[in-house]
Parts: sequence; structure tokens; C-alpha cells
Amino acid sequence: MTNPEGLRYTREHEWIKVEGEKGRIGITHYAQDQLGDVVFVELPKKGRQLRQMEAFGAVESVKAVSDLYCPVSGEVVEVNSALEQKPELINQDPYGQGWMIVVKVRNAKELTALMSAQQYTSFLAQGAK
Amino acid sequence: MSAPEGPLKRTPLNHVHRALGAKMVPFGGWDMPVQYSGILEEHRAVRTAAGLFDVSHMGEFEIAGPEALPALQRLITNDASRLAPGQVQYAALTYPNGTFVDDLTVYRVGPSQFMLTVNAANIEKDYAWVRGHLTGRATATNVSDETALIALQGPKAPEILQPLTPVNLGALKYYWFTSGRVGGLEARISRTGYTGEDGFEIYLPAVQAERLWNTLLERGKGVGLLPCGLGARDTLRLEAKMALYGNDIDDQHTVLEADLGWIVKWEKGEFLGREVLARQKAEGIARKLTGFEMVGRGIARSHYKIVKDGRPIGEVTSGGPAPFLGKAIGLGYVETAFSAIGTEFDILIREQPVRARVVPSPFYKRPKK
Repeated sequence: MTNPEGLRYTREHEWIKVEGEKGRIGITHYAQDQLGDVVFVELPKKGRQLRQMEAFGAVESVKAVSDLYCPVSGEVVEVNSALEQKPELINQDPYGQGWMIVVKVRNAKELTALMSAQQYTSFLAQGAK
Repeated sequence: MSAPEGPLKRTPLNHVHRALGAKMVPFGGWDMPVQYSGILEEHRAVRTAAGLFDVSHMGEFEIAGPEALPALQRLITNDASRLAPGQVQYAALTYPNGTFVDDLTVYRVGPSQFMLTVNAANIEKDYAWVRGHLTGRATATNVSDETALIALQGPKAPEILQPLTPVNLGALKYYWFTSGRVGGLEARISRTGYTGEDGFEIYLPAVQAERLWNTLLERGKGVGLLPCGLGARDTLRLEAKMALYGNDIDDQHTVLEADLGWIVKWEKGEFLGREVLARQKAEGIARKLTGFEMVGRGIARSHYKIVKDGRPIGEVTSGGPAPFLGKAIGLGYVETAFSAIGTEFDILIREQPVRARVVPSPFYKRPKK
């Protein structure tokens, strides 16, 4: 599975898609595959202020609990409420319907600290956790 | 749960699991499949059709000799003298303080011949314990390495297995076993399991495991049989409120605290731990293994704290989603005063209290035919 171009990636396996002043955030295909069947997601409320790499919630599979880290600083402006009833969207469509939050990007420079698709692919190939 | 040092052990089916694309994990010193197609899918297959499990990592001991019965009686809480040849019972091996060496199933093969099936992570410990405490003319032999165990579980298990064996499965009752050929191979067929469904656990020589596995998988394909891993094994047994050694039972909790008084047969004679357990029965237990379901939004997991009005009253031992029931459930030791059905308390999940309620368990009971 190739990691979509045009997204930026964290070492904790989150992706961010820049949409104007905002960034849409989720977890990668690798992350959902490692987790297995996702059964529960805990997401922040709209208005929450986050710093880069601050934990913003948790994703739970049958057997595991994993914290979620925000790729950039900003305010949460949208939360994917569909995930409450259908957490499996994260497994089925991690880059599409499995999106988790949208934040208003406070400082676009922070994106440079993240990996490109190619860098993330190499990162995984080197056995990254 | 401690695992032995050294490389992970492999069952005879290890390469078969890998060929099927299983995700492998270490479990109690063994390299085991945790899932093939996915835990939720496998769980549902067992409840609606059938699942196939490799549980060859488990241990088997043969207890024999003219005084095998009295020797065994002194080690376990249940009454093995009630077993007819061909019958099985669930029991505990106990320390003198009434806590668990292990939980196990006891098979009566003959008047003075038994097989014990024990947990994989406890094989060495249990064998040393049994050998060290057998009295009189009785012997114990560890046949774990030569013995494979394959479990076929689910409502369709009988229709998958029957064409493969001359044994009349309709006459084989729950918690009974017999010897017979399966797919041409000599085996011991036991109507037991760890899922809460109808099904069979099939014991046979390790060298023949692969043949049997493939035969069963092929036969069951048409009716929805799926290979299932330890992930689904855990979610299934939790719905059926079956204890897991290391989580719900261990050497820190007594058989009565674990709500397993029904496997203690007080009138059968002396056994290790009887005195302590009898005293505990008379005085009452301070904490009890209790089944609960989540009321608030969240999933309880092992080691999460249980609180009542902010005061700690216990700890979760096992917890997770119940895929068939569509809710989150768990087991935990709580102060006895809070173990009654309907009692509400909170589980601390990432430091936040989330409401839970004591419910009757098993959480799931298979439909009566």
C-alpha cells in the first residue's frame, strides 16, 4: 500500500492533509493494520487547543490502546462524529472516511518537521515503530 | 504471566498459520497466531458458523498407577471420583493457601488413568507441582510435546466433524470424550471448549496435526468455518465468563474469591488448600470476581482501577469489547459489598471515571437446541 502523496506524516503514524488554512488528520494504513479491528475512538471537542505532537485522543482496537498525536499546533474545528458508530471506517478507509479531526493550522512552518510520503515509506521500511 | 527464557516455542502448525497469513505474537513462550482475517470476523464466525483453533501449545499430563485417583484427589478441588471413564471436569490445582497453581480439565480415561489439560504458560510449573505432590503408587508423565490439540467450535461444528468420523457425535454429550478416528487419524474427541459454543477439542499425535487441520478446514469451508487465533479465543471466552490464568485467576486469589466455588467439592476428602478455603467459606470473602458491563462510553481493560464515589474498590482483570453482544464487558475483583447485580461503579479509563454496572454472567449463553 503506497502512502498518499501530498500528505505529511508523523513518526507516530498520523497523517495531515493541508486544506487551505486547515489540516485534516487521521492515522495511516500501517497504523490501522498494526492495531487490527478498531472498536473505539476517543476524540477531543471542537475548540480544543493543541500543540504539535500533543496527545489529542486515543484509538482502541480489540486488544490494544494507542494514543493519537496532533501533527501540528492549532484549534480543533471539526470532529468526525461518524467514527462513534462506525469506528471500522478507520480500518476500511484510513485516508478518507476514517479522518479524525480538522485543525486550524497555527503555524505552517511546523509542517516541515513532518515526513513526506517517501520519507514515511522509508521510515516504515527501516522497521519504525 | 512470565514466559520461559529462550526462543519462542512452535506448535506443529506454526508454518501453516504463517502460510495462511496469520499475524503471529509471542504468548507464554510460544509463537502463536493472534488473528488471520480479523478478530471481530473470527469471533462472529464461531458464534454463527464455526472456528478452528490450534491450541497445541497447551499441556497434557497422564496420571496413572493403582493409586492415581486418591493421589489426584489430593491435588485438585473437584471430585474426580464422580467421573465415569469418558467424562471430563473443570478443576483447580491449588496451593495450601487456596490460590491457583492452575485451572485445568481432568479427563478420566480409565478407573485409574487420567489426563490433565493445563495452560501453556504453566506447563513446567504444573508438572513440577504435580510430580512433587503425588503420593502413593501414582505416576505423572508430561506428554505435552507429543500431543497436538485442535479445537473446532461453533454451532456448525458437529455437521463439519460428523462426516469425518465413525463416532456418533449425537451421543457424545457436553463434557464427555471418546477415542475414534477423525479423517482416518486416531484421536481423542472431547466435547469441550473455551468459547461458550458447542464444539470439540481433538487431541492427537503432534505429527498428524497438519493433516487434521487441513482436513477440517477443507471440510468446513463451505459452511463458513474460519481459522481463528488467540485474539478471538480471548473475546469468546470473556463473553462466556471463562477465567484466564494470569488475568482472572492466579496465585494471589483463592478459588472462592474467583467465584469458582462450584468446582470445590467439600465432601470428597482432603485436598491441598481445603482448610483455608473452608475457613474462607465460613467467614465470607472480602473480594469477589465480578462481571460488569460498561454503561458509559469506554472500554475497561486489565489493571484499570475500579472506584466507587472516588474510592478505590477493586481492579479490572479482563476487559474488552464483546463483539457478539455489541457492548464492552469485563471482569474484576471488587469488594464483596459492591458485587451484587445492578451495583454501579466507575472504571478509571485514562484517569476519567466511566460508569459500569454489575450484570449476570456468563454474559453470553449459547441458545438451547
